Amino acid sequence: MTNDEPSRRSGNGFAGVVPVLISGAIFVFFLTLVPQISAGDVLRWSYDWVPSLGIKLSFLVDGLSLTFSLLISGIGTLVLLYSNTYLAGHVQYARFALFLTSFMLAMLGLVLADNLIGLFVFWELTTITSYLLIGFGHETTKGRRSALQALFVTGAGALALLAGLILLGISAGTFEISEILAKGDEIRAHEMYLPILILLLAGAFTKSAQFPFHFWLPNAMAAPTPVSAFLHSATMVKAGVYLLARMHPAFSGTDVWLWTLTIFGAVTAVFASFLALRQTDLKQALAYTTLMALGTLTLFLGQTSSYAITAFVTFLIVHSLYKAALFLVVGCIDHATGTREAEILGGLGRVMPVTAIAAAIAALSMAGFPPFLGFIGKELKYAGALAVASEPVFVAGAVLLANALMLAVAGVVAFRPFWRKTDSELPRTPREAPWQMLAGPVLLAAAGAIFGINPDLLQVPLVNPTVATFLGDPTDAKELKLWAGVNLPLFLSIATFVLGLLIYVIHRPLRNLLIRADNAAPNFDRGWDAFLSGLKAFAWWQTKYLQSGVLRQYIFITFATVLVGLGGTMLVRGIGNVLPDLTGIALRNWAVVALITVGTLIAATTRSRIAAVAALGVVGIGVALIFIIFSAPDVAITQLLVETLIVVLVAVAMLRLPFLDAQGESDHRPWDAVLAIGVGGVVTLTLLAVLATPLDLRLTEYFEVTSWPEAFGRNIVNVILVDFRALDTFGEIAVVVIASLSAYALLRTTAKEKSE
Amino acid sequence: MSWTLTLPLVLPFLTAVAAFLLRANPAGRWVSVVGSALLLIAAGSLMLETLRAGVVVGQMGNWPAPFGITLVADLLSAIMVVITAITALAVSVYALADIDRRMEMLGYHALFNVLIAGVVGAFLTGDLFNLYVWFEVMLISSFGLLILGGRKEQIDGGIKYVTLNLVSTILFLSGIGLLYGMTGTLNLADLSLAVEEVENKGLLTVVAVMFMIAFGVKAALFPLFFWLPAAYHTPAFSVSAVFAGLLTKVGVYALIRMFTLVFDHDIGFTHEILLWVAALTMITGVLGAAAQSDFRKILSFHIVSQIGYMILGLALYTPLALVGAVFYLVHHIVVKANLFLIAGIAQRLTGSTELSRIGGLYKSAPLLAVLFLIPAFSLAGFPPLSGFWAKYVLVQATLEVEAWILAGVALAVGLLTIYSMTKIWAEAFWKKHPEGIDPTPDKLDGPTRAALLLPVGFLATLTIIIGFFPQPFVALAEASAAQLLDPTAYVTAVLGGSE
Repeated sequence: MTNDEPSRRSGNGFAGVVPVLISGAIFVFFLTLVPQISAGDVLRWSYDWVPSLGIKLSFLVDGLSLTFSLLISGIGTLVLLYSNTYLAGHVQYARFALFLTSFMLAMLGLVLADNLIGLFVFWELTTITSYLLIGFGHETTKGRRSALQALFVTGAGALALLAGLILLGISAGTFEISEILAKGDEIRAHEMYLPILILLLAGAFTKSAQFPFHFWLPNAMAAPTPVSAFLHSATMVKAGVYLLARMHPAFSGTDVWLWTLTIFGAVTAVFASFLALRQTDLKQALAYTTLMALGTLTLFLGQTSSYAITAFVTFLIVHSLYKAALFLVVGCIDHATGTREAEILGGLGRVMPVTAIAAAIAALSMAGFPPFLGFIGKELKYAGALAVASEPVFVAGAVLLANALMLAVAGVVAFRPFWRKTDSELPRTPREAPWQMLAGPVLLAAAGAIFGINPDLLQVPLVNPTVATFLGDPTDAKELKLWAGVNLPLFLSIATFVLGLLIYVIHRPLRNLLIRADNAAPNFDRGWDAFLSGLKAFAWWQTKYLQSGVLRQYIFITFATVLVGLGGTMLVRGIGNVLPDLTGIALRNWAVVALITVGTLIAATTRSRIAAVAALGVVGIGVALIFIIFSAPDVAITQLLVETLIVVLVAVAMLRLPFLDAQGESDHRPWDAVLAIGVGGVVTLTLLAVLATPLDLRLTEYFEVTSWPEAFGRNIVNVILVDFRALDTFGEIAVVVIASLSAYALLRTTAKEKSE
Repeated sequence: MSWTLTLPLVLPFLTAVAAFLLRANPAGRWVSVVGSALLLIAAGSLMLETLRAGVVVGQMGNWPAPFGITLVADLLSAIMVVITAITALAVSVYALADIDRRMEMLGYHALFNVLIAGVVGAFLTGDLFNLYVWFEVMLISSFGLLILGGRKEQIDGGIKYVTLNLVSTILFLSGIGLLYGMTGTLNLADLSLAVEEVENKGLLTVVAVMFMIAFGVKAALFPLFFWLPAAYHTPAFSVSAVFAGLLTKVGVYALIRMFTLVFDHDIGFTHEILLWVAALTMITGVLGAAAQSDFRKILSFHIVSQIGYMILGLALYTPLALVGAVFYLVHHIVVKANLFLIAGIAQRLTGSTELSRIGGLYKSAPLLAVLFLIPAFSLAGFPPLSGFWAKYVLVQATLEVEAWILAGVALAVGLLTIYSMTKIWAEAFWKKHPEGIDPTPDKLDGPTRAALLLPVGFLATLTIIIGFFPQPFVALAEASAAQLLDPTAYVTAVLGGSE
């Protein structure tokens, strides 16, 4: 059920403490930047990384990146503190902490990067660290499968993203994001706008698990709970949303942008909320509510109104706070009881009071009750939804349904386990979690409450400058307030509570219904398995045909390539008229040609090995005769010697070979013949064409002139071999030596095998 | 005569002789290490000389070009020689622990060093026929290394290897003859000028295609790559590593050299063919890998796939694309040789390279896990490792010329590469060992562990350096690409001396 093996040891020493200190220091550092950024400043730092390619490692701190950085480092600190106890004494804790800290740094790099390629580098670093963290339970098939699935889906998106970023850089003439954003009009009007947008969305939607790429995220819950809390709810999955937010000034405002984000966001939000209710594993339920949140965030990024943007920013913060808190609470429950099953858990409120209170506060924020920040977030969501010019009813309806379901899920996850009466036996006797594990849920839940009661704490320092990164002006941000008067959003809120409570009351029968519906519906997770096995089958099929292991086939394909390559080129490009003048060729030449032809035919058709070898010898002698006819006696002598030796040696070797039945070969032979004649034909044609061109004899003339006076040799061929081109000869000598060495080695090993 | 130019060629031969004479002596194995280290120094000084002078030329026997044989190093040659020396050094240290006494007695170190000599010769020669000779040297010494040990599967792989490579050899030699018949010269720089005078351009293209096929076999392009996956998983790990790093890359080098310097008269045809061959090579290679379940077989098919990327860079024929091709070459050699070395360590610790039969390395050998992750993720193109930059430059180059399909192929193949690498990772590292063996490196003695892990660590460090500080490498590739696209300096440097 869970890979997390709790232990009662208190920590992991050095590897446990140092990461907490590092991330804490980073959080404090970003806190100190808040006054400056909220005053309207923007910090920029740049290093020429690969100037040849125009790639800089540049970072930008503005409202948006600061908000994200604070969430990342703040939650990161609490999660690392939590993990040190949660996984106390785990043998692989050091690498776990290393991966988690590396992830955090990569995530910070991602949100701070001001260069498209820089952003991509950090984007992929989060992919890798996520892979390693999901695979923490690496000895289970499920852990490995989930890790691969997450890597593959987000990796595929990342490759699309890379193409999109490169195209964006090429189109905009710069890879610096801040410069690109300043050219928004130009980009929206660019002919590549749509392809770039599609590619970027592919990256963002896979990373942020939008429908239909959502399926990897619930599986990623195979990771230890603190990882789920950090990567797969509060930070990494928001990277896609971050990208959309970052690109908002340059890409938003078009119909494509509006509708794509609205529809994908809305579908994901509603679909995920239903599936969240279907789950009985608390962590799975939370995973689906994360999908819902990501859908909602995407939905709002489709808009450009200041309501929608303020809603986005607020909900981003709200969600990170309560969702991280709830995940950590589920971790505490799991740690204390050994189970996360909603139908088993109950009555934990008395033994785990602090956890219960933190859970309650976070859940109330999630459900959108006043006076918590979630309430403000929800009010803004309704206001934002209603501000949608085109389809306010559709958007508001989707948000209402999702919120109501969310409320019900909040009850299932954070209320029932603590306050429900149950007789179920728990795997472990529960007790309150230690302070290191309570710090996270308590502080995060408290933050939601404090910001809710006093929204000004959030408004000026973070919300306004963040909204300003979208709209250019911090005063565009709508005011965060608990009481906005009696208006339509308030009525929608009331409707949400009523509907949500209703769903909570009937959630068990509803769940059974959903389970049945879900089982009947096409399942994306099973689709993944089908995809993988299809890929494997296809790969196996093509490899079976290509790499069959049969040498005869390899040779056939290689020569067929020669035929098609040379013949095709001749047809396409033409080599002119190559037919030679056949008149005036001496009879003895025809005789030699006939000799060679007969030798070849015998070699090709005979069934006797010895006859074939002898026939090949005839061919060789024919060639030697040609050398003699064209006055190259020394070459002819060499050729004769070689031919004779080869025939003798091969014949001797063959005497010792076993007799092979050549039956199976026969059906290939016609094809082999066609191919052989074809290849011979095209090579002959090429040769004839070459012979038709005038021969440049510069080299020959030079050798004739210099051979005696400068190289002191009268035999030009010898001088070429030992002086003009001595290096060739040296190389060939090496070939002969190595050949004999190899033969010796081969004989020695096979002889030894026989004697053994 | 320039010693900086000839030393990288002479040293491996001398090392081979010394290693052979000392083969019976246990100290003999150190000869390879020392020789490779000296080679690296010599290669380094050649690199410096090339950076200073642009193109370094040496006329062998003092016969002026194009009449004698010219050795010549431009930036590409110098880069390749340096990377060859690095690979040789890493592999010869690894071989201290990997190659057993029996193989040493049979002359492993001599074969290895002659192979290196052949590779260096191919990179340094400025003469087409001389290139053929170095190909022969490589072929015969690699065949010797391949079958050393004499196991049945080695012989089987060796025969396929040598047969198909001989087809390439015949084509290469025929091509040389035909080209000589048309131009009357063998000197590459001289050829570069002479082909412009050829009137029958159609015929020249036919001969160009012949060279393309000959080198295509060497480089393991689609559909000529069969010999590679048939053979690379059979020999000793040191041998696979040096093969994986260098052999196909000589074919790629030859293609780059010939199709920038000599055959650039009909780019719309020849390079268009290369473009689609590159795409098919990438796809079939990576699918081949997806179908495998053996550590080394997966890696072998990935070589094929990645050769496609390099050829893609050549085929696009833009400055950026050639930067990508050169960068990819360097990155790939370091990473691929390293992965084969790691496969050897994994085999030692777990008992096999068949992924279904091994496991547990992540838990028991964390250092090896890290050392695997670096080249594996680099190969898959994850930033900020070397493979990312290689892929990035090539993808940008395809997008710049609006070759959408090819960009899509390059990216999709990247994804499938991730799939294969994670398959190895999940099976060999994450999974429990199916037989419950604890693959801890502690069971190796200290010197063995050092000899195996040091070169792996060295190459992994190199991968990280290229990844984190890519600028000097990109700049070098840029300068090299500029030389390739405008061979004037090369041609004048070679022929200038003769006039």
